Amino acid sequence: MNLGWLRPPISTREPPQEILRPVRAPYIALTLLSALVLNLLALPDVITQIKPDLIALTLIYWVVYHPRRVGFLPAWLLGLTMDVADGSLFGQHALAYAVLMYLAILFHRRILMFGMRQQIVHVAAILLLSQFIMLAVRMLAGADFPGPLFFVPSFVGAALWPLLFNVIRIPLRPRTDPDAV
Amino acid sequence: MEYSPPPFFKRGPSLLTRFTFFSMVSAVLLISDARLNYLHLFRQGIATVVYPVQRLGSLPSELAGRVGDFFVTQARLQRENDQLRHQELRNSAALQVLKSLESENHHLRELLAMRGRIAREFIPAEILYGHRDPFTRRVVVDRGTQHGVRAGWAVVDENGIVGQVTRVFPWLSEVTLITDKEQAVPIQAVRSGLRGVTFGIGYDGTLELRFMPVNADIQNGDLLVTSGIDGTYPAGLPVAVVSNVERNAAYAFARITCTPSAGVNSANQVLIVAANEERPENPASESPTASKPRKAKR
Repeated sequence: MNLGWLRPPISTREPPQEILRPVRAPYIALTLLSALVLNLLALPDVITQIKPDLIALTLIYWVVYHPRRVGFLPAWLLGLTMDVADGSLFGQHALAYAVLMYLAILFHRRILMFGMRQQIVHVAAILLLSQFIMLAVRMLAGADFPGPLFFVPSFVGAALWPLLFNVIRIPLRPRTDPDAV
Repeated sequence: MEYSPPPFFKRGPSLLTRFTFFSMVSAVLLISDARLNYLHLFRQGIATVVYPVQRLGSLPSELAGRVGDFFVTQARLQRENDQLRHQELRNSAALQVLKSLESENHHLRELLAMRGRIAREFIPAEILYGHRDPFTRRVVVDRGTQHGVRAGWAVVDENGIVGQVTRVFPWLSEVTLITDKEQAVPIQAVRSGLRGVTFGIGYDGTLELRFMPVNADIQNGDLLVTSGIDGTYPAGLPVAVVSNVERNAAYAFARITCTPSAGVNSANQVLIVAANEERPENPASESPTASKPRKAKR
């Protein structure tokens, strides 16, 4: 029985090794700022509960595909910003982003070796671990476990990885077709 | 380590060093925020910088709301108008009675040489967004220190108490809902006059009336109003209705669950009520139990 049509429309092959235009620092800042605005978007509660952390996802993208462009400091400052905006414990997101950066930098060569679908698994693992850090911090500070739905945003975020990959690359692709003779 | 570069490429401190440094700083911040409450000014500074981004984030939903308002049908407006007119009529009748009662109450209080009830200031506010932090139950409203809001003030909607302002920023403030795990409201049962304290449960939108003896005079459907003895919440505002009473002689206290009267999770417009500034000094504590005036004891 052919079940090929059940497969999600994601390529199992490696992501195309494209030649991109050079990445400028303002563009990186713009993507991170857009991620911040999207994170702070006021939405109905149902969506807010499953909405992924786009800053985390964007940070992973830059670290994996363009290593050494985004350092710990911007990630950490964005974490503090998220803490203030969310009203969470001060340093909670900052610590989670520091862990995320460490893992992403440590594994970026490994992640690049895999195809899109396997990359999703890696990204899910990194996002889950950073959420575990936040959970541990809050439970140490005396909060209750908010239920298993707490981890849904990580999976949603990982599922959005191919989309983010393609969206961030739109302005980076060369304007002329490199294959055209 | 796999990632350490050869020494002739200067690339700054190693990955592990940077990670350790930033984690340590985060940990210091976490501890000073959770245990010592030092970072208020720091938080205010960042909040002022983030404010435009926050407003930008809440813009789409505001716009959607306005567009939705624009396309309301004539019939619905008519119906709503009629409803409001009826309600206004009923309210004005009640208000007339209230005025005479108020003057009578004032007079009686003077006769009895009691302290008068103090009229309070209200600041109308709108809820910008709901709980984004999954560990607490808070909302953010669009009024802050620039509008005169202070931390500790009560927040009400048309049906009762919603919560308390716990953190103020220049143009925004954070309101902890009464359903939050750490939020306590001193109450009095209307039917029996019993005093107590409700606590939020946290995970669902209910409250718990704790430390009530098994034989306490509380029934299903009892209305609980604020007792006002804490000086924060104005007296007599509805807080919750008792929805379930579980009396088990094996435990010292009854398990009493209540449903909040206010639309704690659905309200959009709220009023911030100024706290009573002129409250009498707390009596000097002699016994250790007297040092906790917030926990009303029966």
